[in-house]
Amino acid sequence: MKGFGKYAIWAYSIMAFVFLLIPIAYTVAFSFNDSRRTNIIWSGFTLENWLTVCEAQGVCEAFGNSLLIGVAATILATTLGTMIAIALVRYRFRFRNATTLLIFLPMATPEVVLGAGLAAQFLQAGVPKGIGTVILAHTLFCLSFVVVTVRSRVVSLNPALEEAGRDLYASPVQVFWRITFPMLLPGIVAAALLSFALSFDDFIITNFNRGADVTFPSYIYTAAARGIPAEANVIASAVFFLAIALVLIAQLSAAARRRQLAKAA
Amino acid sequence: MTNNEVPKSGFAEAGADLELVGITKRFPGFTAIEELDLTIPAGSFFALLGPSGCGKTTTLRLIAGLEEPTAGRILIGGKDVTATKAYQRPVNTVFQSYALFPHMTILQNVAFGLKRRGITNADALAHEALQLVELDHVAGRKPTQLSGGQQQRVALARAVVNRPALLLLDEPLGALDLKLRRQMQVELKDIQSEVGLTFLHVTHDQEEAMTMADTVAVMNKGRIEQMGPPQELYELPHTAFVAKFLGQSNLFTGDVVSTSSRTLVIDAAGSKIEVPTARAQRHNGRITVGVRPEKVTLHDAAPVADSGRNVIGPGRITDVSFSGVSTQYEVTVPHVGAITVFAQNTSISTLHHDGDTVWLSWAIDHAFGLADEADAEPVSRFHADLDTSMIAVQSRKDLEAELEEA
Amino acid sequence: MAFTAFAGTATAVAEPAPRRRSPIALLLLLPGIFYLILFFVTPLISLVITSLQAPDPLIFGQYVNAFNWQNYVAVLEQYWPQAIRSAGYAALATLFALLIGFPLAYFIGITLRPFPLLQSLALVLVIAPFFISFLLRTLAWKQIFSVEGPVAGILSSLGALPPGVSITGTTFSVVFGLTYNFIPFMVLPIYATLVSLDLRLLEAGNDLYGSPATTFRTVTLPLSAAGVMSGTLLTFIPAAGDYINASREFLGATDTTMIGNVIEANFLVLQNFPAAAALSLILMAFILVLVAAYVKRSGTEDLL
Repeated sequence: MKGFGKYAIWAYSIMAFVFLLIPIAYTVAFSFNDSRRTNIIWSGFTLENWLTVCEAQGVCEAFGNSLLIGVAATILATTLGTMIAIALVRYRFRFRNATTLLIFLPMATPEVVLGAGLAAQFLQAGVPKGIGTVILAHTLFCLSFVVVTVRSRVVSLNPALEEAGRDLYASPVQVFWRITFPMLLPGIVAAALLSFALSFDDFIITNFNRGADVTFPSYIYTAAARGIPAEANVIASAVFFLAIALVLIAQLSAAARRRQLAKAA
Repeated sequence: MTNNEVPKSGFAEAGADLELVGITKRFPGFTAIEELDLTIPAGSFFALLGPSGCGKTTTLRLIAGLEEPTAGRILIGGKDVTATKAYQRPVNTVFQSYALFPHMTILQNVAFGLKRRGITNADALAHEALQLVELDHVAGRKPTQLSGGQQQRVALARAVVNRPALLLLDEPLGALDLKLRRQMQVELKDIQSEVGLTFLHVTHDQEEAMTMADTVAVMNKGRIEQMGPPQELYELPHTAFVAKFLGQSNLFTGDVVSTSSRTLVIDAAGSKIEVPTARAQRHNGRITVGVRPEKVTLHDAAPVADSGRNVIGPGRITDVSFSGVSTQYEVTVPHVGAITVFAQNTSISTLHHDGDTVWLSWAIDHAFGLADEADAEPVSRFHADLDTSMIAVQSRKDLEAELEEA
Repeated sequence: MAFTAFAGTATAVAEPAPRRRSPIALLLLLPGIFYLILFFVTPLISLVITSLQAPDPLIFGQYVNAFNWQNYVAVLEQYWPQAIRSAGYAALATLFALLIGFPLAYFIGITLRPFPLLQSLALVLVIAPFFISFLLRTLAWKQIFSVEGPVAGILSSLGALPPGVSITGTTFSVVFGLTYNFIPFMVLPIYATLVSLDLRLLEAGNDLYGSPATTFRTVTLPLSAAGVMSGTLLTFIPAAGDYINASREFLGATDTTMIGNVIEANFLVLQNFPAAAALSLILMAFILVLVAAYVKRSGTEDLL
């Protein structure tokens, strides 16, 4: 594309970025709103909400529940998913196609269906709903995403590296922990971060299975009817800045490493 | 974590004999190796040469323990290792893609095998091995920061540092450019004589095999066609495959019409060709004989009859290609077919031109008779078995098999 | 030499790993597969059983196992407008997400390719909405569009919007919210195909055909088709089942109700479990048929 086309795509894309960022900016801005009961109309700047974030009833408890659920579901899903990903790429077994289908089907299933199905199951089995059932539900939908993410990493892993390890006197266990695992680690970390993000922000499946326990998104949903306290915006903004900072640090250090490599070569 | 299963015998004192007895390897759908017997004496530099898909890499992987044979036994230094795992064998491999661990430094790569065997001064030995390949100054870098040639040398150091009884080299020079390859060939040969290990080198590059190895085995379709010192293989190939894969050959097929104690004569489409009886694998019926292109001489006129030479002609020159040191001529002789001649450019001007009528002759002592059943396969001359289209076909087949399974 | 072409760097050129049969495979698979059977397959079976239940003749509000297939007919008769609306809204949102997302993916994957740092920063901007609560983002739009909000203010001062008429609670606001929320799902897969697109192909296209439009149609578009396919699926599936955007507390109103809202209401409020289950299964069947058709057309199973 030349001339006009080139400027057009820049302009269009910048507009699209602005569009994507508007609600984020809004949410962050209203975390500084000097509001009393409802946080809808701008009534002046204050740091108060950030300093007394846990004073709004239930916000911090909901946030804590979400963290707990996110960490637990991430650990479970990452462990199970990584094992499946390795088996799918490396081994021959019967019912391979059926297994693949079973893993990818949850991703093609709408969240309401997953949520309703699990709720129906817990209802029939007489399992009381709460944080535990939410963790089980989140593990389920994170699992497929972990398999997909880690699988691509396993596929790109050169099998000659593991063979070289065996050739150099490493037992199968040593080969796994000293070669396979470190090589897969970037993929596993990416899958874990994705799992945590999915779990932390999930509302629909959570809502079907949480019982009386409250997560951060379900707190917002319930509060939406009577007005969200600014403290919710504070927590969301803090999480946002933390995540963005982590991603930026990762990106910048990768760029620095690239430059260093280019210099060394 | 130390592993009790790993032999604690320390370093091999010297290279060990390798013996393969009746090795067969079948994969689902095809047989890679059929009843292979092979003995490699200790301390030798042995090359396994063949086109891709001939089973040479499978042989290497079987010896390394990365594959299990369907049948047969593998002995290293007289000890049967068939049932042992790769990490239990006193064998190390220099992989085709080098397979350096990208998450470790060069030093960690080289010390990896030593540390797994619980050797205490692993780092010091690794530095020594790096000095041997003149790369100690990059010990702290990661593999991606090295050039292809440097990576190759690190891969070599990583294998040699363990002083294995047997060192396996899987086309280790394939990824290097020509100049670097020549240089590495010399280095490899030096290192081998310096450390005195048994080297088994797998390659499809006949020139590489001939310049480096003491003994070359030519492999085709899972069998060894012929084995011996490079010069012997070249001067006296036993089969059409060897005659064509190792250098070029002019081949003629005909019935044996007379036999004496010294020579036998075949009738190739009316031309009589004589071969020393001792240099012929078969002595009656329809046989194929051959001669190397550089042994053939061109003549402007019918040469004077000489009991020591075969003469064919007249023919017409259909192609001349000048390559500096020598000139390659294609001569078409009626009923016999195309014959290739390499002529050294010892005089200033090219003596022959496209379209010239010429006669050809060569010393009977240079001719050889092959063991092939003449009609078994059509003799196509000067055909390199390894070309890009063949590799493409093979990789497409692999991919299709992979997709089918998925 | 043919090998040189393949051999380059050791890690990039991975030969496909030799697949072996081994009991280890079973050890690796079993826990995860067991989990999926326990928490995905049996819930689906539970849904099927629940969807066929009949009201308990003795206790009001309880249901007993039966083969009451009429539940399906009943929910379709009752909720067909919501079902069609869901498909329509999701299709519109997918279309708009494609219109916004494709140029954005092209911009990041191709226009920004000479600037790797800028490219990765742009990618961070695309996924940035993921890092802030989905619900708060949607509420932010609600407040921006509300009667007291800036958009309504500007529009009514221009006379384009009669006073007191709300932008929220309309088809526009629901489709807008769906579009906004699922744009990253559209951009990322398209970006993934475009970023690996060989720029020399575009140059060759320009060289052979001349016009940039023709190059786009004949080279860029076919080569990014896989990304567009998975992007549309990844947008359509969650959009069709979504009930946040369409709910009254967010961007919807009673006349913008989607199938997700109906399932939620039946399950969590009305406690009409058979109806909710039947609707869930109908939604899932509809989406699976769509995915299967898509996968069949594109001829690949690696879309998701």
